[in-house]
Amino acid sequence: MPKEGTVLVKRGLAQMLKGGVIMDVTTPEQAKIAEEAGAVSVMALERVPADIRKEGGVARMADPSIIQKIMEVVTIPVMAKCRIGHFVEAEILESLGVDFIDESEVLTPADEQYHVNKHLFKVPFVCGCRDLGEALRRIGEGASMIRTKGEAGTGNIVEAVRHIRAVQDAVKRLTVLSEEEWMTEAKNLGAPYELVKQVAQEKKLPVVNFAAGGVATPADAALMMQLGCDGVFVGSGIFKSSDPAKRAKAIVQAVAYYDNPKKLSEISKGLGEPMAGLDVRKLPEEELLSVRGW
Amino acid sequence: MKIGILCFQGDVAEHAEVVKTLGAQPIKVKYPYELEVLNGLIIPGGESTTVGALLEESGMSKAIQKRAQEGMPVWGTCMGAILMAKQFIENSIHQPVLGIMNIKVKRNAYGRQKESFEEEISIPALKCDSFPSVFIRAPWFEPNGSKVEILAQYQGKPVLVKEEHLLASAFHPEIAGEPLLHKYFLEMVKTSKYSSSRGLSN
Repeated sequence: MPKEGTVLVKRGLAQMLKGGVIMDVTTPEQAKIAEEAGAVSVMALERVPADIRKEGGVARMADPSIIQKIMEVVTIPVMAKCRIGHFVEAEILESLGVDFIDESEVLTPADEQYHVNKHLFKVPFVCGCRDLGEALRRIGEGASMIRTKGEAGTGNIVEAVRHIRAVQDAVKRLTVLSEEEWMTEAKNLGAPYELVKQVAQEKKLPVVNFAAGGVATPADAALMMQLGCDGVFVGSGIFKSSDPAKRAKAIVQAVAYYDNPKKLSEISKGLGEPMAGLDVRKLPEEELLSVRGW
Repeated sequence: MKIGILCFQGDVAEHAEVVKTLGAQPIKVKYPYELEVLNGLIIPGGESTTVGALLEESGMSKAIQKRAQEGMPVWGTCMGAILMAKQFIENSIHQPVLGIMNIKVKRNAYGRQKESFEEEISIPALKCDSFPSVFIRAPWFEPNGSKVEILAQYQGKPVLVKEEHLLASAFHPEIAGEPLLHKYFLEMVKTSKYSSSRGLSN
């Protein structure tokens, strides 16, 4: 009998996305542009993070009819976001047949105490993290893929860099600890012991880890790849720029050639205006998205 | 033995790991000149629209087509197989491909991710009747020429096919932990005349 929704099948799809760019889209037209530019997947949502930031209010799962239309026009996998802890939005997204669910801090959290129990779903989940402890808590709840949170909708890469460095540093630290130190480290990280042990032994996260939150240029994307991410999510960075199709394609190429500065300089030429950026240090505490979830 | 793994995008590291375990040398490749030293090439799982475009733009498409024509053993898993096929079963899809193998391919043949599955299938060529196979938004194939051998079927559809020095699988042995099919491909590389004809050590 074929077995659906197993750990191997769910984590497997994330493995197939490695080295790729996942783009936020709000309409079928944008989804086509993203696919033609070479996105490995699109994230269907109602508003890109920059608009959520500007317009405020409660940000929720996108209208299912928009998600369905996007699923109809592209052959690449389609992801969609649900609010943190909103398992009914997740159930709706699963029944629509989306290929991946992002339990995302970019939307307004529905539960400030608990995240979705992702083991119960056949569809894989991706979740955000700021450090190793948060990554392992989400994996413990059944996430099949992790993305560092960055600070979405800012066009500023600084938080994404902070988060990937925090994850990498903690992984490195684990690999030099002796066995008797693992439990204390698990306690300090607030992470499941079995996962801490696995990371210590395998010297890497058990699932694929993408970067997100602040990628606006090909150089940003390549930076995240050089820092050890498996791929990148680009939210507002594409459709808030002056020439989305061109920039989208350039970011795809930058991820493929992230270790080739000569190629990157060609790729980065004449792309028009990137999205306007925000200084994260000037954002008031209540406007930070990355602190949502725990 | 040097086995190239096309590394534009996809599960490259997983293939490299298995190749290394079997005692061959995996080499990640994305530039045409890197093909020179290879005894064989693996095209991993990933997104065919993404990698197809990168192949075309980089000149890698032409370089691989040339080598494949000269007899270089090539194995594609899932996306790799889609890129190797000369024809799609839906005609409406236009995307750049390598088109080096006489098979027709049906993309996302089993449905979306929630229909993706694990199953043990019988592969007589490997003398294995329970080969662990992971199908992720997988295709199936139709042979389109007399030289195409069907090595395995699932629910009546070919999922592992071989045409002389070319091998295509709809599933992902690189993530299932069973190296038998990788061994089979390395054997294809070892017995191929390609390396000796080009003066490469094997």
